[in-house]
Amino acid sequence: MSDLRDLYQDVILEHSKTPRNYRELPAADHKAEGFNPLCGDRFTVYVTLDGDTIRDVSFQGSGCAISKSSASMMTQSVKGKTLAEAEKIFERFHEMVTGHAPAAGNESELGKLTVFSGVSEFPVRVKCATLAWHTLHAALEGKQDAVSTE
Amino acid sequence: MTTAARKLDAEQRPAPIGGGLDVARVRADFPILQQRVHGKPLVYLDNAATSQKPRAVIDAIVRYYEGSNANIHRGVHYLSEIATKDYEAARRTAQEFINAPHAHEIIFVRGATEGINLVAQTFGRARVQPGDEVLITAMEHHSNIVPWQILCDEKGAKLRVAPINDQGELLLDEFAKLLGRRTKLAAVTHVSNALGTINPLKRMIELAHAHGVPVAVDGAQAVPHMKVDVQALDCDFYTFSGHKVYGPTGIGVLYGKSALLEAMPPYQGGGDMISSVTFEKTSYNKLPYKFEAGTPDIAGVIGLGAALTYVNGLGIGNIGAHEHDLLVYATQVVSAIPGVRLIGTAKEKAGVLSFVIEGVHPHDIGTILDQEGIAIRTGHHCSQPLMDRFGIPATARASFAAYNTREEVDALVRGIGKVREVFA
Ligand SMILES: Cc1ncc(COP(=O)(O)O)c(C=O)c1O
Repeated sequence: MSDLRDLYQDVILEHSKTPRNYRELPAADHKAEGFNPLCGDRFTVYVTLDGDTIRDVSFQGSGCAISKSSASMMTQSVKGKTLAEAEKIFERFHEMVTGHAPAAGNESELGKLTVFSGVSEFPVRVKCATLAWHTLHAALEGKQDAVSTE
Repeated sequence: MTTAARKLDAEQRPAPIGGGLDVARVRADFPILQQRVHGKPLVYLDNAATSQKPRAVIDAIVRYYEGSNANIHRGVHYLSEIATKDYEAARRTAQEFINAPHAHEIIFVRGATEGINLVAQTFGRARVQPGDEVLITAMEHHSNIVPWQILCDEKGAKLRVAPINDQGELLLDEFAKLLGRRTKLAAVTHVSNALGTINPLKRMIELAHAHGVPVAVDGAQAVPHMKVDVQALDCDFYTFSGHKVYGPTGIGVLYGKSALLEAMPPYQGGGDMISSVTFEKTSYNKLPYKFEAGTPDIAGVIGLGAALTYVNGLGIGNIGAHEHDLLVYATQVVSAIPGVRLIGTAKEKAGVLSFVIEGVHPHDIGTILDQEGIAIRTGHHCSQPLMDRFGIPATARASFAAYNTREEVDALVRGIGKVREVFA
């Protein structure tokens, strides 16, 4: 049986209550809105680039504990990374939460994000965990339309 | 249990004393309720989304496929005759269920959604012209908003929305004020799926009719819980889904007054809905077949007939009283939990308890309750404009049916306690 505590780890709950980088970046040169029509989660992700490097990243919006904490920890993990590095982290993260690759062995790339490995036991929550990442991806690609998880 | 044993069991069932429901017996009629989920007994409180199906419905569908499957209205052979007879018997059962004057006023559709779209695309399309208005309420399901938006866009007409108060009750005066010279149709829900509010439908229809405005009613959340009498209401159209009233998915009913249905253009073209076809001209079949193009969901119709018969056996009044008792109890114990706020506190309510917990997103509530074996719905309930009205993205919603118990409400309360523990 999947255990709730695997999903709602303390780090996740803490980030959902006090999300990091939770602000608008007025000077952002990339920005996108992400939306999960199923539950109404909605986030805006802001990015400023310095050449190929993510100089600053932030988010705002509303959502469940999983989506909010995931957005918060995402901003921490990609700040200062190159675009290629950030993409790589997203790939690993996606594999982990969809149960396609274990967290173990990928700690070096995922770092603290391994706390989300429990999500793979809750398939309906995968969209929550990846919403901010899809939105970041859209922001970097310069997509105009809001991304949707559906 | 064998079929024979089950039958005996049903026959020996004593009538409940002084009316009311023998809930333990009702529960035994629903095979799905016997299971465990995540190691806990299933507590199914998502009945507003869809209800579970009693053995009688499942058996009727199996009997049809095993014993009388054939296409209807076109065969000369034995099986076709039986299938046609059973299909038309279900139509009469539905007719009696909502007290429609005539069986040919009962049109089988896929569900409430299709019923509403049918009215919008035939009656609405012929009636609504540029500059006209269609009136709805602030508590409609998306399925009673979007078809009218499509129609209004196409026609250059305007969608008007009657407001509600903070309890989730329609402001009847405002509704009356919005009925004007340009109003060509009012499309209103009988009971709100997200809030449970029961609208003062009879009064609304009187007001609309006083302005010569026909009324189409979305009865998806009313038919499972209360006696609906379309003649007493004097509504022009009334639609509901079978799957919310213990019947199968994919089947529902649209009732319309004969005179209106006669005058309406058909919805879809095809077999069964014509009386003669040449390449030059087609004349349409009589009611209700004019609106039932193609081979219908025969098993679904038969299953729906069995579901309505099952409800008649329990007594819709008994079901409503039992659900009301659960609602009163649940309202009391759930609203007493610190941090919990009920959304939708109308005086007249059907068995829906929508709530939010401070600091916890409804989606997280749903996941934690699921781990306790408790099925509720979380989200915007296909009513985003209504959520906006309350300034919330979503709610958690428990909704009751004939087989739910006070013990299950207690389980819900314990589950909410668990949510608060995790998010403490
Ligand atoms: C009030 C209301 N109207 C319409 C519908 C649509 O019903 P269906 O999806 O069965 O067509 C629903 C179902 O959720 C509802 O609750």
